[in-house]
Amino acid sequence: MIRFTWLQFRAQAVVVAGALALLAIAAAGLLHRDDGAVRLWLGVLVLVAPGLIGMFWGAPLVAREFEEGTFRLAWTQSVTRTRWMAVKLAVVGLASMAAAGLLSLVVTWWSGPLDRADLNQFATFDQRSIVPVGYAAFAFTLGVLAGALIRRTLPAMFVTLAVFVAVRLTEFSWVRPRLFSPVLLNLALNPGSTGYGQGGSLLPVAFTSPTLEPNPPNLPNTWITSLGVVNFRGQTLTTQVLNSACPDIGKGRGGGGGIGGHTKAPQAVVNTVQDCVAKIGTTYHEAVAYQPASRYWPLQWSELAIFLGATLILAAACLWRIRRS
Amino acid sequence: MNSTNTAATLLAASGLGKRYRRRWALSGCTLEIPAGRVVGLVGPNGAGKTTLLHLAAGLIAPTTGTVEVLGGRPGDGPVQLSRVGFVAQDTPVYPRLSVGAHLRMAGYLNPGWDGAEARRRIEQLAIDLRQRAGRLSGGQRAQLALTLAVAKRPDLLILDEPVASLDPLARREFLRSVAGTVAGRGTNVVLSSHLVADLELVCDYLVVLVASRVRLAGDIAELLASHHERSGQPVRLDDLVVAAMSQTGDVR
Repeated sequence: MIRFTWLQFRAQAVVVAGALALLAIAAAGLLHRDDGAVRLWLGVLVLVAPGLIGMFWGAPLVAREFEEGTFRLAWTQSVTRTRWMAVKLAVVGLASMAAAGLLSLVVTWWSGPLDRADLNQFATFDQRSIVPVGYAAFAFTLGVLAGALIRRTLPAMFVTLAVFVAVRLTEFSWVRPRLFSPVLLNLALNPGSTGYGQGGSLLPVAFTSPTLEPNPPNLPNTWITSLGVVNFRGQTLTTQVLNSACPDIGKGRGGGGGIGGHTKAPQAVVNTVQDCVAKIGTTYHEAVAYQPASRYWPLQWSELAIFLGATLILAAACLWRIRRS
Repeated sequence: MNSTNTAATLLAASGLGKRYRRRWALSGCTLEIPAGRVVGLVGPNGAGKTTLLHLAAGLIAPTTGTVEVLGGRPGDGPVQLSRVGFVAQDTPVYPRLSVGAHLRMAGYLNPGWDGAEARRRIEQLAIDLRQRAGRLSGGQRAQLALTLAVAKRPDLLILDEPVASLDPLARREFLRSVAGTVAGRGTNVVLSSHLVADLELVCDYLVVLVASRVRLAGDIAELLASHHERSGQPVRLDDLVVAAMSQTGDVR
């Protein structure tokens, strides 16, 4: 069964192995290792590779057998279909993990000098190291399950992509910040580096109200997960409190030219904001929550484990579905 | 052909039914076919022939009732799978794999695989082993599918309307190679078709299935002889089948 799986899969495997070899050669010799644009594009490649694996290796694996009717050939050989499914999942799944792992290895190695100079390891967290292996295993198995349920290749490919993107967005915006409790840091509000405005989160400007916005503290290589102005009871500064303490804030044209432009604010406006920050600073302070640099590898391993665990659940669902069809 | 595997019945179904969502593709089918026969399964479209054969090959599980093939439950483990060779309707093959790769595949997947026999058959048909299966003609593809099922050396060969999409010449050639295979080996065979003429060439036993019910079943020679006895004049198998299909109740 392993040899049969390889017989069907080898053409695709050879193409991807060739592409990886070319990339490795290019990375070793041709690409200048100080090119920020190349670093960006290689990062994007690592980011999208698992989704592509799920769409092009995962989704057609079973769906195409149904579409072309060949499941009637495959399942009437002297191999139970449970074994057929298990071996296919294992062989192509391991190939998916190897492809994503090698790609990440090449990109992580090539970007090393720029990443170290950048001192922002969490910005490229899901484009480096070992987590891409977990994403690829998950996306592949998700694709196989979508194909087994939908039985048509093209819809299965799009469902795979949509679900995978949704899972990754949820995971990185909601799960990852909660995996380890962050380190908390309280700082006095600094009138020189605190501004007034709105936004700064994933929410559009329309859903937030203007408030004081301190600059993030200088914590190299860490991941600041939240930043806010709170009082000693831990209550966040509200617009009502702010407006009653500083009735003049936000009046007049201040704070720059909105999106895109940077015009210097008039001195009077700057003074108003600074006075307000000083006044608020007597009862409120800047609260920072962050993951220190040393959490990089624990987070990598945890996230890999989460995605591999989810992969096993999806694989069990594939076996269950195939046995019942 | 294996003396250890001589079950008295080739296929036994009892109250067998299969439902897809709301539609019953087969319901309440009861049937017993003795072993050692070349069986023709005939009936109008929608009678449940394909469903019955898929159940017999273990491709689908019954919703109601039971089915036994050569004394075992269809699709129940590698041994039972190895005892049944199946050629599906439209004879599916992997379009991107070569003919040679198909033979290798079947060799990997079937412990009883007869590689020499498979190559001999393909050579006899003058099919290039390096050709992609997707490029074969309908007749060649059907022959490849038959080769894969036969060289597995099964105790029972099931063919689901294998000639339905073939032109008359390819159809005749295909049935001839089925007949040749059967003659050489004494394999049990179940072959379905909606054309009686196809079956007459190969089969010695007939089952007429209409709306999941067996309308007529028996040795072809006996069926013809008993009709001759009753009506006093010879009858063609064709007429016998049409009569069975259009009547209600059992004509036997």
